Amino acid sequence: MSRLRHAAVLVLLAPLLYPIAWLFLASFKPPAEIVQSLALLPREYILDNYRALAGEIAGVHAWQFFLNSTLVAGACAIANIASCSLAAYAFARLRFRLRTPFFAFTLATIMLPVHIVTIPQYSLFQRFEMVDSFWPLILPKLLATDAFFIFLMVQFMRTIPRELDEAARLDGCGSIRIFGKVVLPLVRPALVTTGIFTFIWTWNDFFSQLIYLSSPEKLTLPLALRLFIDTTDYNAFGPMLALSALAIVPILLFFAAFQRLLVEGFATSGLKG
Amino acid sequence: MTTVLDRPRRSAEPTPGSKARRRYGERASIAYLFLSPWAAGMVLLTLGPMVWLLYLSFTDYDLFTEPEWVGFDNYVRMLTVDPHFWNAVGATSKFVLISVPVQLVAALGVALLINRRSRAQGFYRSAFYAPSLLGASVSVALVWRVIFHDWIGQPDRALLALVLLAVWQFGAPMVIFLAGLQQIPQEYYDAAAVDGAGPWRSFLRITIPMLSPVIFFNLVLDTIRAFQVFTGAYVVSNGTGGPSDSTLFYTLYLYEKGFVEFKMGYASAMSWFLLVVIALITALLFRTARGWVFYSGDDS
Repeated sequence: MSRLRHAAVLVLLAPLLYPIAWLFLASFKPPAEIVQSLALLPREYILDNYRALAGEIAGVHAWQFFLNSTLVAGACAIANIASCSLAAYAFARLRFRLRTPFFAFTLATIMLPVHIVTIPQYSLFQRFEMVDSFWPLILPKLLATDAFFIFLMVQFMRTIPRELDEAARLDGCGSIRIFGKVVLPLVRPALVTTGIFTFIWTWNDFFSQLIYLSSPEKLTLPLALRLFIDTTDYNAFGPMLALSALAIVPILLFFAAFQRLLVEGFATSGLKG
Repeated sequence: MTTVLDRPRRSAEPTPGSKARRRYGERASIAYLFLSPWAAGMVLLTLGPMVWLLYLSFTDYDLFTEPEWVGFDNYVRMLTVDPHFWNAVGATSKFVLISVPVQLVAALGVALLINRRSRAQGFYRSAFYAPSLLGASVSVALVWRVIFHDWIGQPDRALLALVLLAVWQFGAPMVIFLAGLQQIPQEYYDAAAVDGAGPWRSFLRITIPMLSPVIFFNLVLDTIRAFQVFTGAYVVSNGTGGPSDSTLFYTLYLYEKGFVEFKMGYASAMSWFLLVVIALITALLFRTARGWVFYSGDDS
């Protein structure tokens, strides 16, 4: 890469990463300074914004929002790994009459916006008295409705040599044992990618959580942050940015640790289709 | 090569009464066992709800009492009476038509820029991708609300702020473009250079046609994604879609009707309308694709 290209990249990256850097640094500014200037560096560093979070928001301690978000995102990640790998194994390796139409249908649902089935799903969960609980967020993942990850895993499973399955079959293994002992260990990168993407997307997801959760002690981070939108009090801007900054720390940590896996997992999803 | 190896094995399998056949039988029924969570989800959470949604769209329904049949009322009101509905269609169309092309051009430009051998490439790719992971969060939407607070009071500027938020996340299509660029064989460019083609000519004659399936893929997915944007519009406009409906995205209006006003029948009609529009646009894109998307023959 030429020097000119490196320079061009850095010129583009600076404004792109500015909002994130600004968020973290502004969370140490006094509230009056937050609204007055978009400068990166605080004129005066304070910790008051973070101290304010030690108190209660809507009568609940801030750590409860973190706990709720972790619980929901973690459960969704595990549920997605389990349900999507089962379905993907059937599509990638087993033979049954309806495989082609079923798989085509699954791919089509990748393009189906969630908002379209939201109302009937809500009505269903309401009938089962699950509204204002975490179940409406987790159950869809347990039932493999995230077709994107089925697709991702099918792509990955297809790269495993069939000879390994056949060898295990000759040793007397059935499909269930082949799945558990041969296929799952070999697709670990796809499972990890699915888990982390699900965690991050659920962690960020606002729409479903907004619809289903209402009791203060069940609110997740995006919903806790929403409580700040209404405020016209400038003093609330400080704690708002402090909580916003804390809320994206887990995402940044996951990304720092697994960036290669995530970027490549995402990139290849677009190619082999 | 694999087909040659596969064939004898496959023909050996279904011999009547053989162990292999019993195994095949096990495999067919066990496939449905593996698929059972998926099948339950398909029936209970996708297909069933879509049918029920269609029914609800012909009713008056507030979630707490039973739905009441009203025929085409919701659709008629939506299409002929409600001005907010058309404002929502307008705001969403503007947003999709501006943000998708700008985002794709930015993504392709940056992919071309960093598609050179360098030890820093992996880092650059991740740095450009990072906003895509954060962009849907309420945190970033709140940052936008503060940074653009002078803009969000003016109709055109407010929408522009949301377009910028979408374009800011161009890293997702960018990494897909980059992976596509890396699959174009270098020999094509070498041969073109021997024939005296300059960089612009080889971009038009090699890069664009070879990349066209990836461009198409990104175009379809980005368009559908743009129709679904919700968080940014909700946070920036404080859930109102204002000023003067300029940020009233379709999903936001759907939420307002369904979950704030509890007009579920009306919102169901809106959902069906959205489904039909997205299906039509996707079909249209696939139709035009025949003219400009080039699939090389060696795909297996």
